Amino acid sequence: METWAFTAVAEGVRKDLILRRRPGPFDEETSRSTSLATEAALIRAAEKAGAPVAPLIHLAVPEDGLGEAHITLRISGETLGRKIVSDPKFETVRPHLARQCGQILARIHSISPVGLPLKTADAGEELDRYEAVYRATGAERPILELAFQHLRKSIPKPLPDVLLHADFRNGNLMIDPDKGVAAVLDWELSHLGDPAEDLSWICVNSWRFGRSDKPVGGFGDYQDLLEGYAEAGGGEIPLSRVLYWQTLGSLKWGVMCLMMYESYASGGTVSVERPMIGRRVSETEIDLVHLMEAGL
Amino acid sequence: MIEHPKAEELVEAVAKWIDSVRPNLPPRDAFLARVAVNVLGVVGRELTLGPAAEANAVRRLSALLGQEGDFQALNAQLCEAIRDGEMDVETPGLLAALKANITEQIAIDQPNYSSVRPTT
Repeated sequence: METWAFTAVAEGVRKDLILRRRPGPFDEETSRSTSLATEAALIRAAEKAGAPVAPLIHLAVPEDGLGEAHITLRISGETLGRKIVSDPKFETVRPHLARQCGQILARIHSISPVGLPLKTADAGEELDRYEAVYRATGAERPILELAFQHLRKSIPKPLPDVLLHADFRNGNLMIDPDKGVAAVLDWELSHLGDPAEDLSWICVNSWRFGRSDKPVGGFGDYQDLLEGYAEAGGGEIPLSRVLYWQTLGSLKWGVMCLMMYESYASGGTVSVERPMIGRRVSETEIDLVHLMEAGL
Repeated sequence: MIEHPKAEELVEAVAKWIDSVRPNLPPRDAFLARVAVNVLGVVGRELTLGPAAEANAVRRLSALLGQEGDFQALNAQLCEAIRDGEMDVETPGLLAALKANITEQIAIDQPNYSSVRPTT
């Protein structure tokens, strides 16, 4: 996926914009990601539901000659997680972010999925999918094995599916030093599923950027996140359910790191970055041990 | 083995050189150069801490499984026992051994990584 920042100038008016464009062919049926047309529809629906987004300006049509693409407004702010958790510029807004995140997720979860070609995934299916990927790498990691086994035994009772952003974490949020969350970005993994999947992904320790004492994104606490969610009509989600999905989230990220290393090991990609990410599996393993010790 | 210089000193020298030229590189290369320095950091720590970490892991896995063997064999055996359900989070000593092993591994991979047990 290409992302281009540009400025459009017409009749003396300047607009800062973002073009997202897929350079190659794409089959929405078989992919885990959505098409850019679906992403555009999601951005519109989220805006209508009151979630902060970078508003859609244009969905490319064939005459534009851009291929699959859309244009949104460019929202100013910061997306770098490390800055958001440590830069003094965000000191005043930081304590409010977790509650805001909860409120925003409740609004996203209220969107009707009718007419959107989104897939559905529950905990059991996610475990199956990631275990298959893990097995295919040939890796032998006892902590990952134990996490798969443990999570299978403790799958929570299903809740009605809601529309999920599914990549809602520190790094995909545009944070403004005064307003807080100014836009939720990167909608391409959106699917239907358990609300706790969205509430937990931002709590995975890998997105806390060194502030593991602040479980929500490295800036906030579980209680604020869950209260914000309930306040905005999202319902009461018990912390235990969030911790279950957080554990599954760490496991997924660990398997993704293995997969990225594998793309190097198999000769698919030449890069210094891909093999190094393989050494990030151990961060998810220490997190998984801590979560299992806590008695999930 | 040759000790003057030690392998970890050679690795450190290369890392320092990359760091010294990094500011003059275009942004993408500057980023990858920083990754390269981090890679050499892992290699350096594995050279100095790796042998003891592996010996400790073998000792812990042997005690847990009641078997002798090298790391690869014991690790494979442990994975199989977990897959087969012979061991789970309730198995006495399992989580403690895994935690001790991964703590030594993280000291090599990412010594500054901070992880805490959730307080619920």
